[in-house]
Amino acid sequence: MLNNVKILYHQGKQFIPDVTTVNVPGIFRGRPIISPEKVDENKLAEICPTSAINKNPVSIDLGKCTFCGECARVFSNKISFTKDYKLSANKRENLIIKEGVDKPIELNSELIRKEIHKMFGGSLKLRQISAAGDNSCEAELNAAGNVNFDMGRFGIEFVASPRHADGIVITGPISENMAEPVQICYDATPSPKIIILAGTDAISGGIFSDSRAINRSFLEKYPIDLYVPGNPVHPLTFINGVLSLIAKRKGN
Amino acid sequence: MNYITIFNNQTIPVSSIPEVDYNTLLETNINLVSGKSERHCVNYYGYNIGNKIKLICCIADDNTHEIFVSSSKVQQNEKLNSFTAKLLCFEKFEREIHENFGIGYHDHPWLKPVRYSHNRFDKSKQIANYPFYSIDSDELHEVGVGPIHAGIIEPGHFRFICNGEQILHLEIQLGFQHRGIEDLFIHKKNILQRATIAENIAGDTVVGHTTAFSHVWESLCGYKTKSDVEFGRTIALELERIAVHTGDISAVCTDIAYQLGSSVFGRLRTPIINYFQEWGGNRLGKGLIRPGRNQFSFNKLLGERLKEVLDKFEPDFTEMNEELFSLPSALSRFERTGVVSFEDVSSIGAVGMAARMSGLNRDVRLSHPYGLYSELNHEPIIKHHGDVYSRVQIRKHEVWQSIKHIRNLLNNIPEEISTDTELNKPKQDSFTISLVEGWRGEICHCAITDSSGDLLHYKVKDPSFHNWLALALAVRNNEISDFPVCNKSFNLSYCGHDL
Ligand code: SF4
Repeated sequence: MLNNVKILYHQGKQFIPDVTTVNVPGIFRGRPIISPEKVDENKLAEICPTSAINKNPVSIDLGKCTFCGECARVFSNKISFTKDYKLSANKRENLIIKEGVDKPIELNSELIRKEIHKMFGGSLKLRQISAAGDNSCEAELNAAGNVNFDMGRFGIEFVASPRHADGIVITGPISENMAEPVQICYDATPSPKIIILAGTDAISGGIFSDSRAINRSFLEKYPIDLYVPGNPVHPLTFINGVLSLIAKRKGN
Repeated sequence: MNYITIFNNQTIPVSSIPEVDYNTLLETNINLVSGKSERHCVNYYGYNIGNKIKLICCIADDNTHEIFVSSSKVQQNEKLNSFTAKLLCFEKFEREIHENFGIGYHDHPWLKPVRYSHNRFDKSKQIANYPFYSIDSDELHEVGVGPIHAGIIEPGHFRFICNGEQILHLEIQLGFQHRGIEDLFIHKKNILQRATIAENIAGDTVVGHTTAFSHVWESLCGYKTKSDVEFGRTIALELERIAVHTGDISAVCTDIAYQLGSSVFGRLRTPIINYFQEWGGNRLGKGLIRPGRNQFSFNKLLGERLKEVLDKFEPDFTEMNEELFSLPSALSRFERTGVVSFEDVSSIGAVGMAARMSGLNRDVRLSHPYGLYSELNHEPIIKHHGDVYSRVQIRKHEVWQSIKHIRNLLNNIPEEISTDTELNKPKQDSFTISLVEGWRGEICHCAITDSSGDLLHYKVKDPSFHNWLALALAVRNNEISDFPVCNKSFNLSYCGHDL
């Protein structure tokens, strides 16, 4: 018993008191800022491994970006990554960061279905589907529930069966071999239900977008409630994204 | 000679690999491996040349650091004698060759599908109609789990045949994660794209796979990797090992319902991966390692921080382990659970931790050194019981050992040098093999270039390719309730296998 108390004492305080405002230590590649500086745009766009950079004017699509940081390394005056980890959007276009824009990415409240706050505002149970994910987003989603991030305190939890879930979280580009299981899992989730895409691979296919071994037709059938960028998604990005999806809104 | 002898990370002309007739290939390689536990097959695969298939077989000798490479050309519709009939460790390689090219074998015991790769030969073989092994008996029942598992983890399907609680047989169906990785290496022409693919092979082995890819590329380009770059990579490899082993001990505690261990080890993993973020901006080390350079070089300041992190980590890690390994309730779940014998790990060609748990000394850091390992006097941690206990013990000791290696390295942090290096074009018509000891075991990448120096073929082998069979053997005759703890103590990769 005494040993256990000692061990507990040695852990200190681990949990992050406020996951919406905490500062990430060290380097973090969050929301980018693109300066108006003139550069060779062709060269810049060519650098990007996933064609996330568009030209004139320069923009970065966070749904495609793997956050490798190469563009900011080579064109450091043009592109810099801030520590802003609130990267989620519920409209695909809002993931595109344009030149000269330095403002937070926010959810488009008109697109959030009315029932979401009402049904899931206090408790949201999610079923995670790894659809050819490389286990990095999966590890980070697990971490979202650990003693540091403690997502459970907001009533947001991952559950073991789609039958217990209010929605699904897909990671990975969706391989051909996972296309059917994804559909089965979605169908097994009771309505109303939400769909969250977590990570670059899930949102756009990422580096796998033109692989012949993937099949993303599932995503064409249903509206997506939340896009959470990252490679992998950071737990803070995920928690903040989901919190803003289920938050109470004016007029609700 | 029927084979050429090379060393880890060496590039040779493809034409220097002796091409022999198939039966000679078979005999040569069987003779190389038979009865020698220090030798094993690190890769055996095929690729198309015109309408023929070229087979390449690589056997490593763990004592002499040598790798023996031989090859043969065969026809698609040929029916061959299998290596597997002589040595079991070839069974999966041959199943893969059969799946991809349709090559048949007279005497392979079971040519079941490996991963339903996109370019498989027989498209009628679908993941939905997998030929599971079944037993016809009123006494027995089957339990199917997956592909989507209960936790947040990658998909695979497990089919148990049980007698009451007792597992008689476990069959593991993989392939759900197949993304066409090896094809993408060829089709994506840009080096950064290829590095990105390498770091997306397995998210828990980002450093291991990216290092293997970088070594292949640097060797192909005739580039001598700078020692400060290898310094950073060696540190990163050991940190990755510490992070995953710690997380896995946490997972094992979860599966024996030991909440304190689960939380404490889980939280101890955090400072290590957060250190990766401080160093390179990503908790899993993505974006850190690139051919010819590391994106963020290691420096004195990072060294000081790392010392601080480890100084705090180590006493807590040790304290929690002392408690865990003194609990009779924990030990009774670990000891003699999920045993794989020395004979079995040798015959299936297990690598890494899954070999060392049963007394088989197999560790690329010692046997085929790269990076700074030859300076570290690395001695593999070996256990002998092959049970969950051995696997958890290995993890614990390897964490301590990695900390020791890192501390040694930190005594001599190299001065920073420029991070920008232009690599030459890869050599033409060449073959390169690179072995890296990831935390799971041996990672092997092989590349072949064409007459203009572009990639013609790229082959990746994750340690899980060998080790999944060890898990299937481990659970035999155990209770099905012990499956989770057996599974977690191995923690094999789905995506690394499926590619
Ligand atoms: S950080 Fe994103 S936009 Fe920049 S090069 Fe990498 S993937 Fe492309």
